[in-house]
Amino acid sequence: MNKPLRRIAIFCGLLVLALLIRDNWLQYVQADALRENPKNRRVAIERYAQPRGNIIVDGKPITGSKQTSGSDFEYKRTYKDGPMWAPVTGYASQAFGATQLESIEDGILTGNDDRLFFRNTLDMLTGKKKEGGNVVTTLSSAAQKAAYNGLKKQGGKGSVVAIEPSTGKILALASYPSYDPSSFAGNSTSTDTKAWEKLQKKNNPDDPMLNRALREVYPPGSTFKVVTAAAALENGLYTDPEEPTDTPLPWVMPGTTTELKNEGNIPCKNASLRDALKVSCNTVFGKIGADLGNDKMLEMAKKFGFTEEQFTPVRATASVFSDDMNKSQTALSSIGQFNTAATPLQMAMVASAVANDGVLMKPYMVDELQAPDLDPVEKTDPEEYSRPLSADNAQKLQSMMETVVKDGTGRNAQIPGFTVGGKTGTAQHGENNSKNPYAWFISYAKTSDGESPVAVAVVIEDEDAVRDDISGGGLAAPIARDVMEAVIKGKQ
Amino acid sequence: MSSTSNPSTQHTSTIGAIGAPSRRNTELALLVFAVVIPVFAYANVGLAIDGSVPSGLLAYGLGLGLLSGVGHVVLRRFAAYADPLLLPLATLLNGLGLVVIWRLDQSERLQQLAKIRYGTFTPSAPNQLMYSAVGLALFVAVLVFLKDHRILQRYTYISMVGALVLLLLPLVPGIGADVFGAKIWINIAGFSIQPGEFAKIIIAIFFSGYLMVKRDALALASRRFMGLYLPRGRDLGPIITIWAVSLLILIFENDLGTSLLFFGMFVIMLYVATERTSWIVIGLLMSAAGAVGVASFASHVQARVNAWLDPFGCYDTSGACEQIGQSIMSFGSGGVVGTGLGQGNSDLIGFAANSDFIFSTFGEELGLAGVMAILLIYALIIERGVRTALAARDPFGKLFAVGLSGAFALQVFVVAGGVMGLIPLTGMTMPFLAAGGSSVIANWALIGILLRISDTARRPAPAPASNPDAEMTQVVRP
Repeated sequence: MNKPLRRIAIFCGLLVLALLIRDNWLQYVQADALRENPKNRRVAIERYAQPRGNIIVDGKPITGSKQTSGSDFEYKRTYKDGPMWAPVTGYASQAFGATQLESIEDGILTGNDDRLFFRNTLDMLTGKKKEGGNVVTTLSSAAQKAAYNGLKKQGGKGSVVAIEPSTGKILALASYPSYDPSSFAGNSTSTDTKAWEKLQKKNNPDDPMLNRALREVYPPGSTFKVVTAAAALENGLYTDPEEPTDTPLPWVMPGTTTELKNEGNIPCKNASLRDALKVSCNTVFGKIGADLGNDKMLEMAKKFGFTEEQFTPVRATASVFSDDMNKSQTALSSIGQFNTAATPLQMAMVASAVANDGVLMKPYMVDELQAPDLDPVEKTDPEEYSRPLSADNAQKLQSMMETVVKDGTGRNAQIPGFTVGGKTGTAQHGENNSKNPYAWFISYAKTSDGESPVAVAVVIEDEDAVRDDISGGGLAAPIARDVMEAVIKGKQ
Repeated sequence: MSSTSNPSTQHTSTIGAIGAPSRRNTELALLVFAVVIPVFAYANVGLAIDGSVPSGLLAYGLGLGLLSGVGHVVLRRFAAYADPLLLPLATLLNGLGLVVIWRLDQSERLQQLAKIRYGTFTPSAPNQLMYSAVGLALFVAVLVFLKDHRILQRYTYISMVGALVLLLLPLVPGIGADVFGAKIWINIAGFSIQPGEFAKIIIAIFFSGYLMVKRDALALASRRFMGLYLPRGRDLGPIITIWAVSLLILIFENDLGTSLLFFGMFVIMLYVATERTSWIVIGLLMSAAGAVGVASFASHVQARVNAWLDPFGCYDTSGACEQIGQSIMSFGSGGVVGTGLGQGNSDLIGFAANSDFIFSTFGEELGLAGVMAILLIYALIIERGVRTALAARDPFGKLFAVGLSGAFALQVFVVAGGVMGLIPLTGMTMPFLAAGGSSVIANWALIGILLRISDTARRPAPAPASNPDAEMTQVVRP
């Protein structure tokens, strides 16, 4: 009987070998995949096992951590002025996961980032508890406050983005209505889940969790005329802001029998670029678009950042400028109608490029990642995105935009003692323009030495306002002014 | 070590074992490790969870030392030539099992879960310690009262009846209990007993006795087919009977593990008894046919198979999938070196974390290294068992030892393979590690029997008695 016994011994050995191989597969080959499986609760348990690192604005944290009891999670995320900062922070919820900065920089905030590995190993040896690092943002709390309070006072839906033109640092990023990420940071089904449900779009038509500054595109309306003017100057269609343009009135769009209308009876016949921008002539800029053609307009729009997703590092939706339009469609697109659509960040980038003498800096909001002991782990350096127009042409465009604020539609944005350039916009939307238009304003401020510390874009979609009242100059310009003032005051 | 490699020159009927050392001192040295390692593990858990050495450390160490010490002394007295590895290995596994059960008792998550479901939480470690003591008592009883394993041969058919009764008890209304869908428990006088664990040993007695008698008939071949000697048709009776009983267990008790264990054990023993490979082939074909047949109409088996094929596909909808998914993530999260005892989250598995799924805690907290070590300890126990079968001199002992070791191997494979997602999950417990009285008691008895067989096998034969006839008889030439 010994021969079959030896074979049984081998068979038993094979059974154990199969187990050993399977174990190596699970615990070595597949280990990382299983450890990070989204269904693996350990990910969340670990994320909240120690106080989470903070997101910092102006040297002060806008987030915090609170010890909790009676659940798997030891700490819970808290937010200071949650609704105001939500478009910047995103949320980190025990029950609903994390988004935006909280998710993108999760490694640093929890202390699990590979760059902290050496430090963590050292801490483990010395018996120190693991800690999360900090994310230092570029934002300015004064500008953010001005932006958020302005939107709140206005009451409608809207968004504000402010950028420092010389670096691309995002100074303000506000969206209204907003939400308080603290309200669902835990995992209680009675409070957190209810708060979460209430914020969902299907239960709340205002969609407060939408980050309008980065994730919503609006027709930019007349503010897009700045891009069209830049295209006209750069392509040499007109070289002098004072030179009369070749624009008949009324102007029938090529290939159609439709006249392109101006808002009211304004002097647009053969108006110069400066005058056309001042009173916002649709005919002048529509004809420039038609004259330059789809390709040249698209090229300029792309240089300003259109058609591309921006990573700040939070992703911003790509703004739209179509590439398959005929002359009349291009004309409409060139005044910010038809298919053209832009995020508030995009329009702030347009203002910022003009203010920075034609150099567009890549917008960013994370200045520095810090280790738990505040040592820098990574620092973001300003980076050039593109040069949409020459310094010469940029200065011409600046002088035109400054006229808009000084004598034109943007007078509400004036700040005594500072030069402000801007452009209003009132974008129509809905079938036959039946819905209330969006009020836009983009602008920048300059100090006496010619430096520009801030460029802003404001958009307001106010469904309750009277239609006639909605014009960029009336609703949006005052908010832009307050934000710019806040930044300038902060600099002094 | 093998007795056959030491041919004796003495004129005895027993070959080889003359002068074999008893190896009891080796056993004692190994036992020291088998007690010290779990004590360290226990201290480790306490330090990880509370930051202090647990207060019961000394009592635990002394208790484990005392239990294994008693086992050792009894072996010295009653089975001096028994295998030296089995007792230390079983002690080590039992000790580590106790530590991990205690560690899971400390889990707030499991405490809350128990309170929600049963209203109260009772720690399992004290019970398990008690059961281990009972198990060791049975181990001692086996060695003291079973002087020779061949005595059991007399009870061949009584064992058959006994095993069948034990297997069918859970189906008796009133005492049978349905735990998480499997009807493998009975409740008597407040105790939950898993009769299948005891039936495992008793049925091995029946198989050994029966096969020893019938092996020649079963080995007869009728004709050759594709290189295999097929058995005669009338000899298929026994295997078909066992197959049918296994299927009945699977269908009515909803227990894939027990069913597989008994059939597998029978096929192994049949093969060893007859040396006919054809039995293995027939056994595999029959189990495949049975498994496919049952899986095609029994929904609970289908659910288990689906959970095995894609645990994360049905994770949110099926409890079976969530359980196996949690178990696999537990192993994965442990990685190569594990989180350290007391620092994992294997309690996320929830119910049965300290019984059916205790191996996942080992996986997460001791890592790949620890799990491989545990698996090798099991492999060593199995190997010592098969070696005992090789060394045994009587066919009954050979069959009995290989039956028990084979069943042990199958059980380890089915449970560990189940929680690691290698095969569909079955409701069985890891021998010695898992919480559960029946399992630990029965397995101590199993080790006791293996030690008795190995003692008989290795014991030197008594010096041949002087044969009075040899001296008295004179050759008288006519």
